[in-house]
Amino acid sequence: MSSSVATISDLIGRDYKEGFVTEIETDTFPPGLDEDVIRALSTKKNEPDFMLDWRLSAFQRWQEMAEPNWAHVSYQPIDFQAISYYSAPRSVGDGPQSLDEVDPKLLETYSKLGIPLQEQKFLAGVAVDAVFDSVSVATTFKSKLAEAGVIFCPFSEAVQEHPELVRRYLGSVVPAGDNFYAALNAAVFSDGSFVYIPKGVRCPMELSTYFRINALNTGQFERTLIVAEEDSYVSYLEGCTAPMRDENQLHAAVVELVAMKGAQIKYSTVQNWYPGDEEGRGGIYNFVTKRGACRGDDAKISWTQVETGSAITWKYPSVLLEGDRSVGEFYSVALTNNCQQADTGTKMVHIGKNTSSTIISKGISAGRGQNAYRGQVKILKGAENARNYSQCDSLLMGDRCGAHTYPYIEVKNPTATVEHEATTSKIGEDQLFYCRQRGLSEEDAVSMIVNGFCKEVFKELPMEFAVEAQALLGVSLEGAVG
Amino acid sequence: MLSVTNLDVAVNGGMILNGLNLEVQAGEVHAIMGPNGSGKSTFANVLAGHPGYEVTAGSVIYEGQDLLQMEPEERARQGVFLAFQYPVEIPGVSNVYMLKAAVNEIRKHRGESELDAVKFLKLVREKLKLVDMKEEFMHRAVNEGFSGGEKKRNEIFQMAMLEPKLAILDETDSGLDIDALKVVAQGVNELRDASRSIVIVTHYQRLLDYIVPDYVHVLAGGRVLKSGGKELALELEEHGYGWIKDQTAEPLETRA
Repeated sequence: MSSSVATISDLIGRDYKEGFVTEIETDTFPPGLDEDVIRALSTKKNEPDFMLDWRLSAFQRWQEMAEPNWAHVSYQPIDFQAISYYSAPRSVGDGPQSLDEVDPKLLETYSKLGIPLQEQKFLAGVAVDAVFDSVSVATTFKSKLAEAGVIFCPFSEAVQEHPELVRRYLGSVVPAGDNFYAALNAAVFSDGSFVYIPKGVRCPMELSTYFRINALNTGQFERTLIVAEEDSYVSYLEGCTAPMRDENQLHAAVVELVAMKGAQIKYSTVQNWYPGDEEGRGGIYNFVTKRGACRGDDAKISWTQVETGSAITWKYPSVLLEGDRSVGEFYSVALTNNCQQADTGTKMVHIGKNTSSTIISKGISAGRGQNAYRGQVKILKGAENARNYSQCDSLLMGDRCGAHTYPYIEVKNPTATVEHEATTSKIGEDQLFYCRQRGLSEEDAVSMIVNGFCKEVFKELPMEFAVEAQALLGVSLEGAVG
Repeated sequence: MLSVTNLDVAVNGGMILNGLNLEVQAGEVHAIMGPNGSGKSTFANVLAGHPGYEVTAGSVIYEGQDLLQMEPEERARQGVFLAFQYPVEIPGVSNVYMLKAAVNEIRKHRGESELDAVKFLKLVREKLKLVDMKEEFMHRAVNEGFSGGEKKRNEIFQMAMLEPKLAILDETDSGLDIDALKVVAQGVNELRDASRSIVIVTHYQRLLDYIVPDYVHVLAGGRVLKSGGKELALELEEHGYGWIKDQTAEPLETRA
C-alpha cells in the first residue's frame, strides 16, 4: 500500500509543460481602475459612445457590488487596483493584414504549444482567431467565411464594423450587472471574439480561438459573443494555455451565446492554463461567466468543457431554455491536481414548453485537488413537460483530494421529469494492477482508466479537440494514482 | 523457467506464505491445490507482482532473473501472465483498446513492430475462436457487465493474445458451469506448448479432468505439503484436504 502512495506523489509531481514567457514589447496601462482608465481604454479602441456608456454603467454597478464568496474555493483577496487593464503587443499597432505580418515570435509561441497556425489553416480547416493577451493578432479563413455570410472577427473589430449587431446583442444574455466578475468584464474587457451566423447558414468550418495570458500582472477580460440566426449552425472551439508565472492572474471572461429559432450552437472548451506549482503558488484564477439563450423554438445550445488547468476554476456554463422544445446540454470534465480547486457545473433554466436538458459532469481529483460540481436545474411554471437528466461522477486519486457535489433542483411545474444520478469512485489499485499485469506502464494505465471515465464527455468534442483533450488529461495526470 | 525458494510473504503483518518451494520447467503444467486460506491465490498474485503483498524472505528466479525485483508490467512484458480470479472492470475502456495497448507493449519489449489495426483484428478473430467468444465482446468495456463465465473466458482469450511463457491461472474454474469450464480448458490446452509453462491454482480437482497436469502440489499453511503426479489430485478428491494434513502433521509440529 505504501508503495502505491509513493508512486502517486511521484506521478503527480511533474512540471507544467507550457511554462514559458514570450518576450514581446507591450503597450501596457499602469495598474489601477477608475473611470478615467475606462475612458482611456475606450478611446484607445476608438469605440462609439454606446460602448463607453455601457462600460461606465457597468463600472458603476461593479463598484456597488460585493465580491461573491459562496463557492467552495479559497484564495487570497484580489487587489483590483494592482491589475493593469490593458496590454497589447506593440507590433500590432495597425493590425496585421495576414499571417506574414504577425510577430514571428508570437507564431513561434503558438507552435511551441503545438498550435501550428499554418498547418491548421491548410489541413484542419479551422479558422483561428488567436488572442494574444488582449488584442487579436491573427485571423484566418476570413474570406471563406465571408462567402457564407459568416462574421468571425475580433470583438473590437465587430464594434467598428458591425456596431448595430453588437449593440443589439451585447449584454442581452449576460447583462452588464449580472454578477461581480461579469460587471468588471463589461467595464474593462479589451477584446475577444465575435461570431454571427446568418439565417439558414451552416458555418462551413469549426471556429476556433486560442487564448493566452502573457504580460506580467495583466488581468485578462475577454468577451465572446456568438449569435446564430434562425436555422443556422455553428461549432466553436476555445482552447487555452498559459506560460509559467509566479503571481496569480485573474481571468474573468464572459461568453454570451444567442440561438434563435431552430439554431444550434456547439461551444467546446479545452482549458489548460497554468495551474500553479505543487504547493499552490501561482496559477490562473479562472472566474468566468458563460451563458447561452435559446431564444426561439427548437433551438439548441451545447457546452462541452475539459478543464485541466488554472489554480481555481469557477464557472457555470448555462442555458436559458426560452423557446419551446429547446435543448440545453452540458458535458464537463474537470480535473484538479496538486492544489488546484474547481467549482464548476451549470444552470439549466427551463422556461419554454417541452424543453429538455442533459448534464454530464465528470470530476477528477488528485493530489490535494478539490473538485466541486454545482448545478442548478430550474423548471419554471410555464415549462410544461420539461425534462432534465443529470449525471455527476467523481473520480478520486490518492487520499488527500476531495470531491463535492451540490445539485440544486427547483421545480415549479408538476409535469416535469428531473433525474439526478451521482457516483464517486476511486481509481482502484486492482484496476491499475490488472492493466500493469497486461504490460501497460502505470502512467498509461492511469491515463487509460481516466480517459475511460471521461468517455461520455470526450465523444461530444470535435475530433481534433478530443485527441488534444485526451493528451492533456494524460499530461495533467502523469503520476496521479490511487 | 521458474524456481521458487523458501518464499515468505506477509499481508498486513500476517504471514500467508511460509517457506514455499516450487520448481517449474518449460513446457510443464503444474497444479497448485489447497484448502481455502492456504495461500494459493497469494502465491499467484506474488508471482505477478501485486503491490499489496510483502515478500519477507526467499527468492523467485524466472528465466535466470530475479522476478521479485521487477515491476508488474516488466514481468508481463517478459512473459508472465496472470489469469485473475476476479477480473477487474474498467468502465469506458473497450476490451479491444486495452488489449491492443497490451499486445503492442509486449511486442515493443520483444523488439517487434507494433501491430496495425488490420493485423491486430485478424489475430483477435483467430484467438476468439479458441474461447468461443463473439467479436462484439471486443467492443464492450473491459469486463463491465460481463457474466462470471464471460470474464474468465476473456482472461483466457487475453492469454492467447499475449502468448506468455509463464501463465498462472488463479481459480479460473471458480464460478464456471460445466460448459464454460470445458471451453476454458480447451482454450488452455490449445496453448500448451513445449516452451510454455502453466501454473493452475485451483480448489477443486474437476478442472484437472480437462487440463491434465504434469505435477500436483498441495498447499497448506503457506507451504507445499505434498507434491506428486496427476493422481495426487484424485486422491485429494477422494480423501479431502484433511488427509494431507494428517499425513504431514508431524513435520508441521516440528516446525512449530
